[in-house]
Order: sequence, then structure tokens, then C-alpha cells
Amino acid sequence: MEVAVAVLTGVFFFVSIYLILSRHIIRILLGIAMLGNGVNLTIFTAGRITREVPPIIGADAYVPLEGIANPLPQALVLTAIVIAFSFFAFLLVLVFRTYQELDTDDTGEMRYAEPRDEETPPLGY
Amino acid sequence: MATTEKPDVILEDAFVLAEPALADWFIAGPLILGFMFGSLCLMQRKNTLLQARIAIVGLVLMLLADIGLFLNVLENGTVVMTMGRWFPPFGITFAADMLGATFALIAGIVGLAGGIYGLSDIDDTGRRYGFYPFLLLMMAGVTSAFLTGDIFNLYVWFEVLLIASFGLIILGSEREQLDGATKYAVLNLVATTLFLIGVAYLYGIFGTLNMADIARKAPALQNTGPHFTIAILFLFAFGMKAAAFPLNAWLPASYHTPRIAVSALFAGLLTKVGIYALLRIFMTMFPEDRQELALLIAIVAALTMLLGALGAIAQTDIRRLMGYLVISGIGLMLAGLALGSQIGLSGTVFYSAHSMIIMTALYLLTGVMGGLMGTFDLGRAGGLYARAPWLAALCLVLIFAASGLPPFSGVWPKILLVKGAIDVGIWWLAAAILVSGLLTTIALVRMFSFSFWRPAAEEDLEAFSFADHRIAISATVGLAALTVIAGIFPEPFIQVSDRVAAELNSPTSYIEAVFGSSTEEAN
Repeated sequence: MEVAVAVLTGVFFFVSIYLILSRHIIRILLGIAMLGNGVNLTIFTAGRITREVPPIIGADAYVPLEGIANPLPQALVLTAIVIAFSFFAFLLVLVFRTYQELDTDDTGEMRYAEPRDEETPPLGY
Repeated sequence: MATTEKPDVILEDAFVLAEPALADWFIAGPLILGFMFGSLCLMQRKNTLLQARIAIVGLVLMLLADIGLFLNVLENGTVVMTMGRWFPPFGITFAADMLGATFALIAGIVGLAGGIYGLSDIDDTGRRYGFYPFLLLMMAGVTSAFLTGDIFNLYVWFEVLLIASFGLIILGSEREQLDGATKYAVLNLVATTLFLIGVAYLYGIFGTLNMADIARKAPALQNTGPHFTIAILFLFAFGMKAAAFPLNAWLPASYHTPRIAVSALFAGLLTKVGIYALLRIFMTMFPEDRQELALLIAIVAALTMLLGALGAIAQTDIRRLMGYLVISGIGLMLAGLALGSQIGLSGTVFYSAHSMIIMTALYLLTGVMGGLMGTFDLGRAGGLYARAPWLAALCLVLIFAASGLPPFSGVWPKILLVKGAIDVGIWWLAAAILVSGLLTTIALVRMFSFSFWRPAAEEDLEAFSFADHRIAISATVGLAALTVIAGIFPEPFIQVSDRVAAELNSPTSYIEAVFGSSTEEAN
């Protein structure tokens, strides 16, 4: 099971890096969303994936049975999903507004903050 | 189903049952105050006058909490509190050692200065769009990032301060701002995601997220698992956060676009959180990996400080010039991390504190100058000396301090760093520090001579009146006074930074503070 998820995680990272390298901002955004999910799967896998043994400590024991899936990474993933989702929502709006204002989704053309034909600083007066 | 008999749980084994000392509560102060006053401001969103007053009260209280925490840590050593009273590593631990407390204190000062400047810089529209709530939330995020002792919690605080900074950077929704904000948001989000990958691997190896616990287990687990990969991931992620070369592209693309108060706060706070995280991770948790990476960090440091200063020389816009100076300063801080020696770390900590104050002050001054000249363009700047001669004095103080010339605060940390580099024979790093100081001087003095000495392009500019700029200038003067004091009486400041460096160099003090003096190995 871990191997399958590890391969899937690898595919997620591969796709997300490919998308982030694009010039088009919407593809970059999709890449970031994929990256976030890839990371979530990484955390998830780090906590062992089994379904045979429930993560419950019996009344007569102080430590859980061997080989349970660690529930803590799942809580971490939950936090990370919420954060990544809210950031993605914000970025979508930001990028749409940018597209409206700048009239381009090509990052190579987004040069309003750093104009291409900027004057060089004066050398004297 | 449910059993009625209670298992014989011994609470003393799992919980801290003793009441914490009253002074220890200062550690939670900035967090609670930031969120409380932030939400109060949000409730008064439409009432722009009252909102600003609430925010200033909140920022003052946060600063007082920071001072209280700092004095407490200075007196009693590292303060530790764990959420829900669990014994560490089970709850989320907040641990303020000298490093965290010092950074938190300076952040409190910078936040207050930015908030005061915002009174004059941020108009009603900006306030209605949430300048003050975002500012307070960002302050809560930044301060808590300095104080947390849990690495996943550090990630959460990074995201808190990041989302608040997104709100601040697009205040105004101008075309330039949206352009800058897009690059800022995308690259910073990628950096925090990379940090999270590092945390995932870290948890896979160590099975714990508590920084002290990781530090305790690190030596035994040095050769199991992808230790070095984690170290590189953290270096990359926080290098990007700190805008170290070659990961600095987002900073000059975005820092000149928002309101000046926002730029000043970003310059003072955000990149330094990256530096703090690097110090915490590489000194406390992975000292061995730092030694292996020392050469790489030193090269990055030298390139960052030189290229940052060269970039500053090439700028026409004063605000972008300042952005490159922020980058150059990051190089100096990384230099101390690369050295890793007592004197180098002391220099890094002192320089970080100095840089937080001075970069904020420089941005605020830029705002005043730009307001007077009506432009930030060096090609059209001029005429300031005739209109406000004493502003030139203030500007010169800040220029000297930023370039590391005596008698202001910049000179002492640079001496420490240069001496630290020469002590171990890395002459090129020492040379880079000195050359970057020279280049910074050139960039800033040219900015000075164009803005102050050159005759104004337009003749009919109205006379400068102090009353219009009272608030803005008082914030700048307050910060400048600090750099003068630290420059003339460096002794107590160096004592503090020395103590921070000593603590960083012996992580056991941090571990013992979190876990008590017991050295038993947790399972």
C-alpha cells in the first residue's frame, strides 16, 4: 500500500513541477494545488497506512498495538488541506483580478511592477 | 460499549500540574493580544478612527508583552509552556529562549512603528480594506513563529503571517500591486509548501514535531533516513523566505508596490522570520548538517550581500533600491550562520535586530521623502535640502547605520562578523562583507545627493510643514534613536547577542529547558 501511494505521490510532484514551470499563471496555480496535495500524501504516507488495527489503546495497556497507522499525520494533513485550500481560493481571486487588470495570463508579460524599459539611474546632475 | 470503570490514570505522569509562574504568561501575550485586537479592529471595520486607536493600543500592549517576556527570559532563562499542560513533546510547546525573545521584542518595536506610520500613510479606504486587522494578525503570526517550539506549528504561523501579508500587499488593488502580489504570493506559497515537505520527511524519521525532541534525537538518528535531504529542503525553503540569492526574485518584484507602511513592515519582519527559522533549525536541531552545508551557506551569503548591494546601485526607484538593500542585509545574516562560531552568531543576531530596525526606518523615511518630492524616481528627485534640512540629518544617520559606518548600530555586528570570518581564515567572506558595505554606501549616498542636494525640478513646491508629517517622522525618529543608542552604547546589546549565540551553540540548554533537567530518552 505504501509503495503504491509513494508512486502516486511521485506522480503528483512530477505533474506539479511540470505545471509550475509553465508561463501561464493558471497552470502555475494548478501546479501549486497539485503540489499541496502531493505534500499531503507525503505526510499521510509517513504515518504508515494500514487498516487492520484500529489506533485505540486498550484499557489494560499504555502503548498501542504494533503496526497501527499513526493518527497524528492524518491530523496534520487535515490542517494542511484547510490551509492549502484557503490559499488556493485566495490565489484564484488574486490571479483573476490580475488577469483583469493586466490583460494577460502570461508571466513573461507581467512587467508592470518591473518595467522592461526602465531608465538607468542618473549618473550626475 | 463504553466501559464504566476508569483506568487508573496517574495525572502527574502526563500533565504539568503545577501552576506556571505569572510572568511566564507573557509568552502567550503577543499571540492572544494580536488575535484579540485584530478581531476587535475587524468588528470596527467601518469606523476608521476608532479602529486605528484600537490597533495602536493593541500594538503597544503587544510590545509591552514582548518586553515583559524578554526581561523574564533574560532573568530566568528559557520560558516554556505547553498547550493543554501536556508534558512535551505531546502538546504544542511554546519555548522562548533568548533568540526567540529578542526577535519578538524587535518585531514588537517594528510593528508599533509601522502601525504609527500607518496613521498618516493609510487612508480611510485602506483602513476599511483591513490594514489594521491584517497588521495585528501578521504581528501575531510573526511573534508566534519566533516563540513556538513545534515545527508543524511553525509552519502554521508561517501561513498565518503569509495570508495576512497577502491582505496587506494588495491594499489598494492597483495594477502594479496586483502584479507584484501575484509573484509574491505564488513564490512564497511554494516556499512554505517545500518547508512542509521537509516537515513530512522529518516526522517520518523522528516521529515527533517538537523541536527540542528532534534536537535530542538528531545525533542518534544522524545516519538513518534522508537527513541531508531534509536539511537541504529547509535551507531552500527558508532561503526563499529570507530572499537569499538565487531565490530572491520575488522581493524586488513586490516590495515596492504596496503602501510604504506595508513595505516597511515587510522589510523589517518577514525576511527575518526566514533567518530566525534557519538559525533555529540549523543551530538547535541539525548542527551537524550545518557544518556540512557551511561552505554552501557562506557562498550564498557572499553572493547575496554583493549582488543585493549591486542591485541597489542599479535602481532608479528609491523603493526598489531599498528592496535590494534588504536582500544585501540577508547575506550578512547568513554569513554568521555559515561561520557558526560564537562571534559569528553573535554578529548575525545583532545584525538581524539592527537590520529589522534600520530597514523599517529607511522605508518610512523613503515614504516621507517621496511624499515631499512627489516622486520616488531618482531621475526626477531633488530639492529636499532646501525644504527640510534636518530631514537630511535624519537620512544621513540612517544611511551611516545601514552602511555599517560608525558611530551607529550597523558597525558593531559587522565588526563581529568580519572578525569571525578572519578568525577561521575565510578571508573572502570578510572581504565580501566589507565590499558590500562600500557598495551600500555608494547606493545610499547617491540616493541622498540626488534627493537632497540636487535642485528641485519644479520651482513652485509648497514649503515643508512639520505638522503634516508629524506622525510619520516621529515613527522614523524613534527607530533612528534606537540605532544611535545601539551604536554609541553597544555593550548591553552585544552582551545580549553573545548570550543568544552561546545558547545557540549549545542546544542542550534549549532541550533541558523544554524537558526539564531529566536526560531520559523518550520513546
